[in-house]
Amino acid sequence: MTATDYAIDVAGVTKKFGDKTVVNAVSLQVRRGEIYGFLGPNGSGKTTFIRMLCGLLTPDVGTGTCLGFDVRTRQRDIKRHVGYMTQRFSYYEDLSIRENLDFIARLYDLPDRRAAVDHSLERLGLVNRSRQLAGQLSGGWKQRLALAACLIHSPQLLLLDEPTAGVDPKARREFWDEIHQLAADGLTVLITTHYMDEAERCHRLAYLAYGQLLARGTVAEVVATAKLTTWIVTGPGLPPLAAALRGRDGVEQVVAFGNTLHVSGRDAAKLESVIADVRAPTHEWTCVRSGLEDVFISLMDGAEDNFS
Amino acid sequence: MNGFAFHRLWAVVLKEFIQMRRDRATFGMMIGIPLLQLTLFGFAINSDPKHLSTAIRAADQGPFARTLVAAMRSSGYFNLDHEATTEAEADRLLRLGEVQFVINIPEDFSRRLLRGERPTVLLEADATDPAATGPALSALRALSDRVLDRDLTGPLAPLRAKAGPVDFAIHAHYNPENITQYNVVPGLMGVVLTMTMVVITALAITRERERGTMENLLATPVRPFEVMVGKILPYIIVGYVQVTLILLAAHYFFNVPMLGSLPLLYAVALLFIAANLAMGITFSTLAKNQLQATQMATFFFLPSILLSGFMFPFRGMPAWAQWLGSCLPNTHFLRIVRGILLKGNGLAEIAPEIWPILLFLAIVMTVAVKRYRQTLD
Repeated sequence: MTATDYAIDVAGVTKKFGDKTVVNAVSLQVRRGEIYGFLGPNGSGKTTFIRMLCGLLTPDVGTGTCLGFDVRTRQRDIKRHVGYMTQRFSYYEDLSIRENLDFIARLYDLPDRRAAVDHSLERLGLVNRSRQLAGQLSGGWKQRLALAACLIHSPQLLLLDEPTAGVDPKARREFWDEIHQLAADGLTVLITTHYMDEAERCHRLAYLAYGQLLARGTVAEVVATAKLTTWIVTGPGLPPLAAALRGRDGVEQVVAFGNTLHVSGRDAAKLESVIADVRAPTHEWTCVRSGLEDVFISLMDGAEDNFS
Repeated sequence: MNGFAFHRLWAVVLKEFIQMRRDRATFGMMIGIPLLQLTLFGFAINSDPKHLSTAIRAADQGPFARTLVAAMRSSGYFNLDHEATTEAEADRLLRLGEVQFVINIPEDFSRRLLRGERPTVLLEADATDPAATGPALSALRALSDRVLDRDLTGPLAPLRAKAGPVDFAIHAHYNPENITQYNVVPGLMGVVLTMTMVVITALAITRERERGTMENLLATPVRPFEVMVGKILPYIIVGYVQVTLILLAAHYFFNVPMLGSLPLLYAVALLFIAANLAMGITFSTLAKNQLQATQMATFFFLPSILLSGFMFPFRGMPAWAQWLGSCLPNTHFLRIVRGILLKGNGLAEIAPEIWPILLFLAIVMTVAVKRYRQTLD
């Protein structure tokens, strides 16, 4: 294996299904030991992109390496060193936790299989449930099992496709602590999510919509790319104010957050002139750093314009 | 197979065994189907039906008529349980299906017989099902030639039936008594194996895909060939359990003769089981979901039972149907099983039936491996 700084280094990766371009010329670099967040609306091509990284699909166009192996030709080597957790629970519901882990361990031909299974049961706190059938587990425990199973062969890269969908906040918190621990030990993690709090816990992010990579970088960098200005309004009578703002030139988003209103737009000057119009002393207006969610929605709207 | 690894194959085999053990319904089906089919075909279905309800309308009660009726009764085919006095009543019995036959003995039967006029006895049959009436009618023909010989003695002797110009001697080989079970029970082996083996494996890969486990499997280093063989191996054992069950029943319940070598039969059964499992695997790579897989299996099963010579005589079918039947492994396996058990055939005699099964296995397996590779890309 070549010693490269990047766990994932691909350029111009494109995948078509029929005449539909699902992933369009995506380039991505992920450093070793990094937690990389992969965001985007449903159907944006995230899963397809991940499948190309772990050797399940071959890109139509584009080149690159995953863990130093060519993604087009060395798919078998990639599979050996990558742990892939599918979006849907994909272990055997009619097998117990231990049987599932043992099956995977056998497939990878681990030298000390029993010890590896025991170790992974311990680390994920599954020892007491090892005889339970996977189908009887709750969502959170299924997710733990899936994580244990894709870590059992000590991969160098973990690809997690919406691992926390439908998992309660406490289990999510524990899951992310575990991910950070793994990354600290040198594991590279690429993770897709729809949760903004999770996106903020990643070292770096990429935003994919309609098969296009729209933004990437740290949270601050991504926010900066969007060049979005956001104002927060507090005060009485917010619903009529929101109605008055919607549809005005320069106002792109008007979102109610509890007792506040977030108003944002890409053109700061235009936005300010609209605000000057409706500004009343009863309301307090503050200009803030745009949130990730505002940024992503703005990116998506912008992309929609380009594609329609 | 480049990169084949036994440990991965073994992993799949073990997993399949655990899943088989947990899936009670399927496990029950694998044992239940042979038992059910044995009971149905072995005990209930009879291609030489006897004791058929018969009505008699005898206008002549003389000794000749009585002899005739007694002979019919003792042939075993006719159950003389109805009596009709008028033609209308006889018609009604036939139409309602109360009786299969009506025998009409005319009132001048004895008189015309004595005059040497060859009187006619009218036998009316409900021939909607030829299989039901056929054997009884041929038994009747045979008996009519000789039945009255005992009564036609002395001066009446010249009235006895005369022999035709040629006498055919028929010697029924292998199953002289025409016992249906001798034919059906060995044939069941192929039918049961086709039915269960194809369905079980047709579901095997479709189920993995439907439950989402296939994606996971593909992301591991396991090879298509390993998955496929790993899914086939456990069911070979199941197939052998079924074969043994049928052989035991054939021997102990139906007294089917076993003239040939059982080890040879077991060896050939392996090929046949593998061919069916491979067929099922191929279906499961083609089908989009488990329902489709089951439908495909049924689609394969029907010609296997109808065109193989199990239900109907193979040589009685039109050429195209024979040709189609020859493509099915069950056709050849039936001949092998019947050959070994009933005729005592050895390897040399069954060899012509082995290679078509081998060819079938090779083709189907190739398709399966080719199709499996494409599943995600």
